[in-house]
Amino acid sequence: MGRYILRRLLVAIPTLIVISFIIYAVLALSPIDPLSAFGADPRVPPEVRENIRRSLGLDQPWPIRYVKWFTALIQGDLGYSFMSHSPVIGLIVQRLPNTLAVVGVAYVIGVLIALPVGMISAVKRYSLVDQVATTFAFIGFSTPTFFTGLLLIIIFSVNLHWLPFIYNSNLKIEDLGSFLQQVKQSIMPITVLGLFDAAVLTRYVRSEMLEHLPLDYVRTARSKGLRERAVILSHVLRNSLIPVVTLIALGVPAVFAGAIVTEQIFRVPGIGEMLVRAIFDGDIPVVAAVVFLFSVLVVSFNLVADVLYAVLDPRIKYT
Amino acid sequence: MSATATPLIAMAPARRASAGLWSNALYRLRRDRLTLAAATTLTVLVVLSILAPLLAEHVFDRSFEQQDLLKTYHPPTLDPPAYLLGGDELGRSQVVRLLYGGQVSLFVGFVAAFMNLTIGIGLGLISGYFRGPVDDVITWFITTLNSIPIIFLLIIITTLFAPGALTLTIIIGLLFWTGITNFVRGQTFALREREFILAARTIGAASWRIMFRHVLPNILPLIFVLLAIDIGTIILAESALSYLGLGIVPPTPSWGNMLSNASTYFSRAWWLVVSPGATIFLTVLCLYLIGDGLRDALDPRLKGAS
Amino acid sequence: MLTLTMAACGQQGTSTATTAPSAAPAASAAPTAAPVTRGQGGDLKILYWQPPTILNQHQATGTKDADAARLVLEPLASWNPEGKPVANGLASEIPTVANGGVSADFTTVTWKLRTGVKWSDGTAFSADDVVFTYQYMKDPKSAVTTSDYVDGIKSVVAKDANTVVVTYDKPNPFFYQFGVSGSGAILQKAQFGAFVGEKAKDAPGNLRPIGTGPYVVKDFKPGDTVLYEINPNYRDANKPFFKTVTFKGGGDAATAARAVFQTGDVDYAWNLQVEANILSPMSKASTVGELFTVYGASIERLLFNFANPDPALGDKRAEPDTKHPFLTDLAVRRALAMATDRGTMAKELYGDGLSGKSTCNLITAPPDLVSKNTDSLDVCKYDIAAANAELDKAGWVKGADGIRAKGGVKLHVLYRTTVNALRQKEQDIVKAGWKQIGVDVELASVPAGTFFTNTSPDGANHFFADVEMYTNSGDPDPTALLASGWGTENIAQKSNTWQKGNYARYSNADFDKIIADLKKETDTAKRAALVIAANDHLVKNVVIVNLINRTFATSGRAKTLKGVNPTPWDSEMWNIADWSK
Repeated sequence: MGRYILRRLLVAIPTLIVISFIIYAVLALSPIDPLSAFGADPRVPPEVRENIRRSLGLDQPWPIRYVKWFTALIQGDLGYSFMSHSPVIGLIVQRLPNTLAVVGVAYVIGVLIALPVGMISAVKRYSLVDQVATTFAFIGFSTPTFFTGLLLIIIFSVNLHWLPFIYNSNLKIEDLGSFLQQVKQSIMPITVLGLFDAAVLTRYVRSEMLEHLPLDYVRTARSKGLRERAVILSHVLRNSLIPVVTLIALGVPAVFAGAIVTEQIFRVPGIGEMLVRAIFDGDIPVVAAVVFLFSVLVVSFNLVADVLYAVLDPRIKYT
Repeated sequence: MSATATPLIAMAPARRASAGLWSNALYRLRRDRLTLAAATTLTVLVVLSILAPLLAEHVFDRSFEQQDLLKTYHPPTLDPPAYLLGGDELGRSQVVRLLYGGQVSLFVGFVAAFMNLTIGIGLGLISGYFRGPVDDVITWFITTLNSIPIIFLLIIITTLFAPGALTLTIIIGLLFWTGITNFVRGQTFALREREFILAARTIGAASWRIMFRHVLPNILPLIFVLLAIDIGTIILAESALSYLGLGIVPPTPSWGNMLSNASTYFSRAWWLVVSPGATIFLTVLCLYLIGDGLRDALDPRLKGAS
Repeated sequence: MLTLTMAACGQQGTSTATTAPSAAPAASAAPTAAPVTRGQGGDLKILYWQPPTILNQHQATGTKDADAARLVLEPLASWNPEGKPVANGLASEIPTVANGGVSADFTTVTWKLRTGVKWSDGTAFSADDVVFTYQYMKDPKSAVTTSDYVDGIKSVVAKDANTVVVTYDKPNPFFYQFGVSGSGAILQKAQFGAFVGEKAKDAPGNLRPIGTGPYVVKDFKPGDTVLYEINPNYRDANKPFFKTVTFKGGGDAATAARAVFQTGDVDYAWNLQVEANILSPMSKASTVGELFTVYGASIERLLFNFANPDPALGDKRAEPDTKHPFLTDLAVRRALAMATDRGTMAKELYGDGLSGKSTCNLITAPPDLVSKNTDSLDVCKYDIAAANAELDKAGWVKGADGIRAKGGVKLHVLYRTTVNALRQKEQDIVKAGWKQIGVDVELASVPAGTFFTNTSPDGANHFFADVEMYTNSGDPDPTALLASGWGTENIAQKSNTWQKGNYARYSNADFDKIIADLKKETDTAKRAALVIAANDHLVKNVVIVNLINRTFATSGRAKTLKGVNPTPWDSEMWNIADWSK
């Protein structure tokens, strides 16, 4: 087992190196100019621009910049933002709580809805519950989150004035009042994203369960005279949970991708919002760091999923 | 906004195509009213979008860029028909823009999906059939590409290069194929050991001939399922990008940028938000339903009577 | 003078410069109503939809940074709404020729500093800090965005602890160049002393400056929020009124407008770039907030290419020695100007004065520099018939496709600007007008990040198009603007990697002469006459088509918020110590 993980880790390294190169090359070769933030104004003197360019190290050819960036990266240094001249890692740490508070919670809620609904749906196939769940799932993953988000804002913020549409990242949860405030400001994004996640996951769970329902061991269990309930819980559930757990692990990085749009709609100052702004500002160190960290996340969760698979399924042996 | 063609609809392994597969499937499809309704709706949307210039000229009597600043934020009305879905902030006809937007959004969806399909099938067949080092390289490449969250890559590329509809299509077409490749590869892997393939190899048929004449026809039906889902996913991705201001750039209308534009004005004119949003939803829903229905029709075992 | 402009939205940054040097400085800051007590108010909520990322005016990348820093870092003096310097900063009085602070030849300026001022960390402020700030700005390796303000300065010397003498290389009619407005924000030598030159970027003070202003930074999340609390060492015992300030960034202009007008969530919302027909009803219906506008000299205009952008020319593309096939024809330019409907644009897109008003002039402020000769010009009036007549007369004939041509040259125009909802609508309006005179218009828009660079072929500098559009921000003294924009020596081209400001590749001896005279002239009245002559030259010859004078500020404030007194020449936050409720 340990050797398997080690081997997988070793394979991941060249992959991450290639990824880091691709990300950096795309950014470096693009026509974006970090200096554009300094002006539409032709009177910003060229010398000043050149000075700034030099001070940001942009006068060097990009392969050299890449090597420097990568060398710093493997020492754990993500570099400095062009815009705020502060360490990128600090910016990410500042924003992570906002992303987790909204997008993370939404994913957890999505999983909590999807697991029971997906299972019931599969077991009681073509029942009313299944029909309703399937309908909602299809509607759920066919609706763009930015559309639902806008509708919620129109209804609850603009017309009813019930919920705020400015996310206050400085809110500290100390008592019931501030907790309620946090609930009020995050309920819309959590709903939108949570329902979307739930819709997708419900389908996964349902189809995984279905895969296992007609299998031989289920028949055996049934023929042993076990009650349907016991069959489902101890046999089907246990076996189909393995791929479901894997799916949930694999879905974690996608959660952050979903954050981009949701954070944009609800103005949550999280990592997705920072990434979009950094792209527009040409803040290369921030963009490169965020995208690279996401890739690391994907690679590690792939690994986690495989390891979980191995742990949960005794039939699989890794060496 | 999932970035790859995630199999929201479960896929079963391909089996030997018998002469009756297609006709059986057609028969079952005809009985599946929901799928038929979805297919009809989608066809109507596609036809209307294709006919956009004709409809604009003869029915609505408006071009998509024609402004009428006296009729800004016109609420939906039947008279004139151009304001069937209302007028936008420049008094342009929402319905005409929606039709033209459909041309763009559907074009991106269909063409990019076909590109994905071509790459996916090609690489999947090669990878699954030849195995060995070729397969290793392709698999490694897919793993790497999948490790960069594609939506980020897409956002970066589109921001940085400000593509038009065609470039956007190509970019999406070149990025979203990994799911299809994986599927085709897996199927080819399995089919390769089947008797009829072995037989073909024994009589000395060329590799490409086996791949395209024997393997491909057997997985093609299920590929159509993936295609439908892929188109839906791409339309969602395009609209999300355009919503972020990174996709199709105004004044060319696309459903996503119309929605983005309308989001500024929703306090004045909510109907401007609803029509593009509902259209995206309807289109994507139809595609997913078609995918699902097609899958059931092709593989009744999955639908199975329990 | 340097002006920071937010490329992403084409809106203007703070700008500074002087009006006539003889102008008497205003006696004091804006009058405050009732006497207030320090810290009496609660939290002041300010919303900037572009979030601040750095709190040092000299390293700022835009208005948002400079404004957020202004609560902490003060200059020697500020510009008031009339364009007069006000001693509300570190100087105890405004130096003038009359009080002996400025030498008669305009080369030396002696600033008297306030005594007893302390930094927020309790240490004493002195003239050394001012001298240090000058050295910090002057070092090219510091790469400050305000370096233009130390250009042409021979020395800045501390005569004693409370006196600073600024000496210019040569007589400088803009003797308030150094030290006034955000660009003259004074840094603490103790905090920034080790961070001059290359290390300037790494200064921790960029995120948590020690200042002399009314507030200190309590917490700063770059790209999100700044929290401030009162500077316990602030020199005025009664100010500021608000105990804390929350300077929230992010979102968009429409959200900001709703927050100040509809929900009343914030007390001050900056730069409400929302389409007028949304903004106007929203602000009128509001019970909690009100809109205010300030006009400066920001002009949205069309630039014509005098060189030939034909890609077939290869390396010679749009080089100054090529000649545009039809835009070099005055008749064509005149017709295009007459077919441009700036009135509709102002009315429909800028709410007739809400966020901009139509103008034919390039120089719109201050009042004594504004030309009154252009209103009557035919090229300043929207007249399709006259435009058509002009082209008919010049021999441009409509073909079967309705497009005019002459000698095989078709009037096909590639018209480029930034990706921006408002700009795309402007493009539509211009295109609609030009279509009516037989000009085929192809619209293009590129992201602001690509447009405002000298590195992209789609950028404004390369000008590989026929017409381009963006906003130019102006100053009370437009010498630099005029010289850089249209002077022959400043033509952008390959050999200078398109870094010069004359993108139009305009070259005209008469115009160059006006600029040369303007650079030498020190007499106020004569300078004004020269500026007006330059403006009229550009308008009459249709070198540019000016469209809209955009507001410097279109911001919203709570109705209860008192003391806000915005000026087009300085930060909106310049007198925040005087704000109250």
